[in-house]
Amino acid sequence: MSSTSDLATPGLHLLRERREHPVLLFVARRLAAAIATLLIVSILVFVGTEVLPGDAAGAVLGRNATPAQVEEMRALMGLDRPAPERYLDWLGGVLTGDLGNSAAGFAAGGESPIWDEISGKIANSFALAGITAALMIPLSLLLGIVAALRAGRALDHAISISSLAIISLPEFIIGSLLILVFFSWLDLLPPVSLIAPDTNPLSQPDVLVLPVLTLLGASLAASIRMVRAGMVEALSAEYVTMARLNGFRERMVVTRYALRNALAPSVQVLAQNIQYLVGGIVVTEYLFNYPGLGKELVDAVAIRDVREVQSVALLIAAFYIGLNIAADLLVVLLVPKLRTQR
Amino acid sequence: MKQRLLGALTPGAWVGLVVLVSIIGLAVLGPLFAPHPLDEPIGVPLTRPAQGALFGTDFLGRDVLSRTLWGGRSVLGLAGIATVLAYSVGMAVGLVAGYSRSLLDPLLMRASDVMLSFPALLFLLVLVTGAGSSKTVLVIGVALVQMPLVARIVRTATLEQSVRGFVEAAVARGEGAPAVVRREILPNILGPVTADIGLRFTYSIILVASVNFLGLGLQPPEADWALIISENRAGLTLNPYVILVPAALIASLTISVNVVGDAFARSLGISTARRRLVR
Amino acid sequence: MTEPALLVRALCIELDSGMPVVEDLDLDLRAGEVLGIVGESGSGKTTTALALLGFTRRGVRISSGTVEVEGSALTAGGERVVRALRGRLVSYVAQDPGAALNPSLRVSDLIGDMLRSHDAGEAAENRVLAALKGVNLPSEPEFARRFPHQLSGGQQQRVAIATALVCGAKVVVLDEPTTGLDVVTQARILSEIDRLRSEQRVAMVYVSHDLAVVSSIADRVSVMYAGRIIEEGPTAELVARPRHPYTRGLLSSVPDPVRPRRLHSIPGVSVGVDDRPPGCAFAPRCLQRTESPALSELPPLEQIGGDYRVRCFEWRRTPPLEVEEAVVAQTVERGRVLLAVESLEAGYGRRRAPELAVRGVSFGVAPGECLAIVGESGSGKTTLARCIAGLHPSRAGRVRLEGAELASSAAKRVREQRRRIQIVFQNPNESLNPRHRVGNAIARPARILRGLPAQEANKEAARLLGLVRLPLALADRFPGELSGGERQRVAIARALAAKPDLVICDEITSALDVSVQAAVLELLAELRAELGLALLFITHNFGVVASIADRMLVLESGSIREQGTVASVLSNPQDDYTRRLVAAAPRVVTSPSLPYLSEVE
Repeated sequence: MSSTSDLATPGLHLLRERREHPVLLFVARRLAAAIATLLIVSILVFVGTEVLPGDAAGAVLGRNATPAQVEEMRALMGLDRPAPERYLDWLGGVLTGDLGNSAAGFAAGGESPIWDEISGKIANSFALAGITAALMIPLSLLLGIVAALRAGRALDHAISISSLAIISLPEFIIGSLLILVFFSWLDLLPPVSLIAPDTNPLSQPDVLVLPVLTLLGASLAASIRMVRAGMVEALSAEYVTMARLNGFRERMVVTRYALRNALAPSVQVLAQNIQYLVGGIVVTEYLFNYPGLGKELVDAVAIRDVREVQSVALLIAAFYIGLNIAADLLVVLLVPKLRTQR
Repeated sequence: MKQRLLGALTPGAWVGLVVLVSIIGLAVLGPLFAPHPLDEPIGVPLTRPAQGALFGTDFLGRDVLSRTLWGGRSVLGLAGIATVLAYSVGMAVGLVAGYSRSLLDPLLMRASDVMLSFPALLFLLVLVTGAGSSKTVLVIGVALVQMPLVARIVRTATLEQSVRGFVEAAVARGEGAPAVVRREILPNILGPVTADIGLRFTYSIILVASVNFLGLGLQPPEADWALIISENRAGLTLNPYVILVPAALIASLTISVNVVGDAFARSLGISTARRRLVR
Repeated sequence: MTEPALLVRALCIELDSGMPVVEDLDLDLRAGEVLGIVGESGSGKTTTALALLGFTRRGVRISSGTVEVEGSALTAGGERVVRALRGRLVSYVAQDPGAALNPSLRVSDLIGDMLRSHDAGEAAENRVLAALKGVNLPSEPEFARRFPHQLSGGQQQRVAIATALVCGAKVVVLDEPTTGLDVVTQARILSEIDRLRSEQRVAMVYVSHDLAVVSSIADRVSVMYAGRIIEEGPTAELVARPRHPYTRGLLSSVPDPVRPRRLHSIPGVSVGVDDRPPGCAFAPRCLQRTESPALSELPPLEQIGGDYRVRCFEWRRTPPLEVEEAVVAQTVERGRVLLAVESLEAGYGRRRAPELAVRGVSFGVAPGECLAIVGESGSGKTTLARCIAGLHPSRAGRVRLEGAELASSAAKRVREQRRRIQIVFQNPNESLNPRHRVGNAIARPARILRGLPAQEANKEAARLLGLVRLPLALADRFPGELSGGERQRVAIARALAAKPDLVICDEITSALDVSVQAAVLELLAELRAELGLALLFITHNFGVVASIADRMLVLESGSIREQGTVASVLSNPQDDYTRRLVAAAPRVVTSPSLPYLSEVE
């Protein structure tokens, strides 16, 4: 309840100044925070991957390697230098585009730049995530809003119960069940999404259907529940009641008074769930053998390719954080209060 | 409170509870009923259900039924321990951060922000790369991922309580921080905190299962529902049951945990729709 | 005879479960007339206010009766018909303008939406600006582009009023429109409402719990209790000579800022929607009831002379209002100083750039004295109270208890010091731990601060429950089972358990109904007399100050504007700010002019 006295007028002059570039200020602040976070994440990743003294060179060569061979490999991989030096070297490399060489490459007997290996796969992952996001946003908004408008009735129950069920399932379960249905039983779609390197995944759409559906599953369910909750809350706000008391048409009340205010929190939620796609993509790509960044990461972890894990993980984290900022920016643009305060 | 809890259980929630108890029973007691040992081939690989093999054989010719009966303990056990660990540490941290509001609070919040800005699965993979794929790593990793979330919720709840009149009255009486936290704050935050347990436990299960599925957690020849699904993917057409049975079990487990947790939260008057199922 | 602006006949509103909320309501209103509807919580006045627009909240429905505005019915016809009437014929102004205005729309859109919905014509900018001018807001495009959060509380409410009037509504329903505003803003809005009423000949229904405010603006007053009108008549008559015992009780509870008087509360507890007795709902609490028929039979709403109606069998026996002068407590020991505050400074924010809430405040409290600290929100009075209680760190200055300096935080104070100063908070929902039984809560200070063993402490708790006039059975209950007034009494009992010399009361009655407030104030006065307690009473209500305090000080933005005895400050304020506040303080008046408001501009 606002009880600011009329005796003190709000600082008009302050408002004018801040109104100049509040959005730019916000973006700058968030970017700075993001860079700081990324730096900390890079340190954590570096430390995390090198926690055990158990040695990357040994893992690459396998159990039968002689100590001499391991020493040689270590020198080759640059593991004989002290940790801080290696960290800075890696970080510097990342910033200049040189992600180092993969251990798989070393095992095969030569240098194999990581960037070359993954550049194609980045696009593939983008395609998968992009299509999923493009489908998720309108679907979750539509279903969430409809469920809220019909709250308590049959349609809402149906949507709520099915989303509660799906949201509990891990991606690989959803994916496996989908494969069982569409491949084993119906024989409509391929169970794996192997595509030749450097081919455009969009040129073979049926390869994408199941992975997209799998990724869509849990994130869509989560988004629907939250959009619904936000809309229900907006519909029960005092200003919505007031709009009805003013005799406004129901359509106007729902769109201009409820939806308009439910949109910002919904966008935030959707953005968060898009971030979760980044996490879910790893399992999905592995399940369908889809040649993307996620599968690359899993393969690298399996052979303990430290350098590759570090670089790929950092890339994915950067993308994740970038999405975060984009979402916050969108919310600030949508909510006037945040623009004029702070 | 017990009455409210039982009263809020819809027919759906009762079903969920029954399913949950059954699956936990199956996971814990399963190995006692397994007709065959989990790593001994009993027949031709990937044969359909037949006499002596209720669900057929897997890709190495082992009995699917037996391996499934053995396969629940790891998921449930590891997820359970990780959740308990996350709550123990998370609650302690959250209480201190929320109540003391000293330097510790922003420090902890920044730390949890950093942890939350990183996809959980990614974190686990990085950890496995560095520390190997043992059960300990899995438990600690999953606990570490959940801790910030628990700490956040506890901190927020603690903050909300600490400005209430009766807490300030206790402070004005000169009661020490441990007494105030124990008597005044803790009983009043149990509600929102426990409402969260269902979601946390579900998430722990999902994480453990996912890592096992990727082959980066439990290693063969161990039996784990997720691992079974993963190693038998290629043999889907020959014996679908080898995938279907563990998948159905995992699905039932996570759904029932979530349903029961949701009903429990609802009985306390708290909506779970807003809670993020962080991936 | 022109038809009445508003006509309500036999209106009955009930919950979906069938439980009645409002029963058998009749109202008449002519153009330009203001009807005040007064009631406490559980009276059904808010439900009635909404029903005048044909609206009910979820779970509530109008079961029978009619509401007509200028002949058009709002209780018949479908949603669409009623919707067309709302905003155009009858409109609504809500209690909390901050919550009632769409936060994502600019002022021009807020008013424009109303025009667009009901007027065939354009929502031209000039009409919007004219509407703003009509409520004394800046009629510039720059102002119209603001969002609600960029307006003060008073400005928000004016926008709401402008919206309600912009389509030429004939009847405006105002539901506690000034309750959330500070006293001066409240006075301004009231005079605004009055002016608009006479300029536009709009009929108004003013719903409120505050009899003083209602009496200053209404031509006629309806008093509601337990869902029915129990008395109705011209303001002057009703206020001077109430006929229904409840109305009389209500008027005896309303504090008067001008003439300090003794308050008399109404015995018993007000009824909620679910426990209305058969027969006269007030009968269980009524001091002048005879055995039957009131307990089983409902008294009809009788017309007694002209414009006056009463629902009571015994209205003839209702004694006239007594106005007793407040008795000055004899317990004050002049010459000694119990609490001394010296140049206290306290605030928020970082060390380098603190925002000071208390700036160099100095005063003293004598043993047994009641000192009132008065101020609007933001004046620093709560921060001051918390500093003295040891809950907020002070940046400079000292607080002394009988000469000994008190540490800034309670934890560092000596046990005796903590014992001698106790504090009671404003919000009855928050003052007690919902998980602890009442008896335990009261016993705790006795154990911690007086070192009593558990058994003794429990006996003390029982004794104290009696002292605050609560039944012993309450000791085993949880706070959730008690009413607001009961919880505050328990909070007081808990404070007394430490046998303090000084009790700080931080707005302890602000969240209570008027009659409950009177009861708590009565109790405090008795306790002071019995125990020789000193009180530091924080409030924003001058009427309450007049009823309970010996001396007062007025705080504004952290500094003392004026100090002195209550009598002198209220009758002859020296400081400008104080003068404005005193002039704006609402009091029960017998004619609906707003004499004290003309001083406020």
